[in-house]
Amino acid sequence: MNEQQQQPGTWEHLRGTPKAFWDSMVRHGKPTTDRSRSQVVFTNLFLHLHPTRVHRRTLRFDATMALGLVTTALFGVLTVTGVLLMVYYKPSVDLAYDSVKDLQFVVPSGNAIRNIHRWSAHLMVAAVILHMCRVFYAGAYRKPREFNWLLGMALFVVTLGLSFTGYLLPWDQLAYWAITVGANIAASPRELTDALGMTAWFDPGGFIKEVLLGASTVGPEALIRFYVLHVMVLPLALTGILGLHFWRIRKDGGLARPGIAPTHAGKGAAVGGSAPTAAAAAPTKSYGLMAVVKDRKPATNLDPADTVPAWPYLFRVELLFLVGTILVCLLLGLAFDAPLKELANPSVPENPAKAPWYFLGLQELVSYSAFVGGVLIPGVVVVGLSLIPYIDREQFEPGVYFSGPRGKRVAWHSLIFGGVVATLSVAFPVTFGWLRNWWPGIPQLIIIAMNPGTLLTAAIMAWSIWVHRKTGSTRMAAIALFTCFLVGFAILTYVGTVHRGPNWDFYWTHSSWPVH
Amino acid sequence: MSERLKPEEPTRRDLLGIAGTVAAGCVILASSGGMALLPMPRLLPEPSKRFRLGRPDEFPPGTERVFPERNVLVVATEAGVAAISLECTHLGCIVSKDDGGFTCPCHGSRFGLDGSVVRGPAPKALPWFQVSRAANGTLVADAAAEVDAETWFAADSGGTKA
Repeated sequence: MNEQQQQPGTWEHLRGTPKAFWDSMVRHGKPTTDRSRSQVVFTNLFLHLHPTRVHRRTLRFDATMALGLVTTALFGVLTVTGVLLMVYYKPSVDLAYDSVKDLQFVVPSGNAIRNIHRWSAHLMVAAVILHMCRVFYAGAYRKPREFNWLLGMALFVVTLGLSFTGYLLPWDQLAYWAITVGANIAASPRELTDALGMTAWFDPGGFIKEVLLGASTVGPEALIRFYVLHVMVLPLALTGILGLHFWRIRKDGGLARPGIAPTHAGKGAAVGGSAPTAAAAAPTKSYGLMAVVKDRKPATNLDPADTVPAWPYLFRVELLFLVGTILVCLLLGLAFDAPLKELANPSVPENPAKAPWYFLGLQELVSYSAFVGGVLIPGVVVVGLSLIPYIDREQFEPGVYFSGPRGKRVAWHSLIFGGVVATLSVAFPVTFGWLRNWWPGIPQLIIIAMNPGTLLTAAIMAWSIWVHRKTGSTRMAAIALFTCFLVGFAILTYVGTVHRGPNWDFYWTHSSWPVH
Repeated sequence: MSERLKPEEPTRRDLLGIAGTVAAGCVILASSGGMALLPMPRLLPEPSKRFRLGRPDEFPPGTERVFPERNVLVVATEAGVAAISLECTHLGCIVSKDDGGFTCPCHGSRFGLDGSVVRGPAPKALPWFQVSRAANGTLVADAAAEVDAETWFAADSGGTKA
């Protein structure tokens, strides 16, 4: 005590060191007031993705259903568990399977972490699809959010890629045969080039397969390629696109909501003109742009009365769903074991060899023609979904589900139509067979052109065109198309998951599978 | 303030700027091209597609032997020896043989005894591979050389017949 009083300067200096360190790291005061909290949000790298204030509606559950949040949280869970798995996993044909077994039986909490990784991967695919549905039905792809819809599609594809590449890593029978089937789907354009007799000099299918596998069959080269894609290339791509996706949400004016005219915030100039309320057409952010804005006065957010500070209201919601997501993953991981079959055996295929559930709809289509079901239709679907905001440029109110009662009616009708057509596309060939059962010598080109998959796609497109004729609205046509696509996806996935057994034959229940 | 709002006059430096940008673009493009070549090896890291079947007298007429590491079925009849691929032409699953032909477990493709497609999604018949005799007298199949169906290699050399 005495010494301290004798040398107050030194002691004060030392005592101030932690504070000096803290002050150098965070540049704001204690977040006790709304003002200082907004400052935190604004100056903190990790928080500044958020606006300092959000509209009340953004926080309503029915506005977002928190699906984007949940997807992001799942990606976080996957990143953490994935890095932990990398500590033990060995990407080599001889060691991979044993290292996964080690994770399962030897490593403390290894089994739970692997389970969580597996189940949250499934959940993430589901969450991405549901998020896409939410955004579509809310019409939030409308200008100025078209590009963010496109980024969302890219994220969807990368998510599927991550899931597909991760599938091979355990190097068990399930992995080996699912990837063999997948790689041969990638090679299936050969079906068409063969039929046209041009494979010898134009073989895109074989090229893709070779780049993917680094060999002509799934082997050591394929394993290391899939590993690199899974732990490095695709997560980096996903993180990058995700950053853009978030950034665009902010720059496109936050969550789409009714009563707001489209703005291109960040471009600086007020849009005006067609806006229902003149004041509405203003950039949502003007600070820092004053020097380049061409307008006379800085326009700020229009209805500050309807906004609340992001801290605590938005963060509270985010934390809630983050914790909820982690909890669900944890419970799933503790309750259910991730599948692990026998060691991969290249001469004995799994029967049936089933891909993960979200590819089973495609596998159902693939069982008529690999090219049509595995390349053509998925390609058409992804390109079609991406183009929605560029084709449907109608000026409807965003943020209203189905764009009102008419859209809801269209969605119901499409649900029934899509359901019937998709069910027929499965039931007919199961009952009566398909072209080759009747004429075994039929040329492959005819089967490529005429199979349940192409007919289903054609029927859905025709339905959408008919809805457009009837309503004169591209938004309604888009709702029809999207709903039919969803129902078709759901029904085909269901049939592929539940009703397909050995030799891809149709069985009502799993218990009626033949025993062998 | 008002100075900053005025667009700058184009200067000679713009040309240099454009040239620099184009040069940078070319460099990035060229190096990307080089990197893009990496995943495509000149030679696939695989064992030779040619493999030894055995001595001709191991294949008397009526023999059927599967080479599981190669996924090839070798059949011997009075007409000779032939090798048929067991990889389904649909998506690469391994077909199994029964009395009437071959069945694929993955999507139910069915092939006749000669490998021709009977039903299911397979776009092509199961290929037949060339069988020949090596210099030391053993039979060799080459999975890189497809031959027409029903091409039998007559392995009738003296001494092998019982």
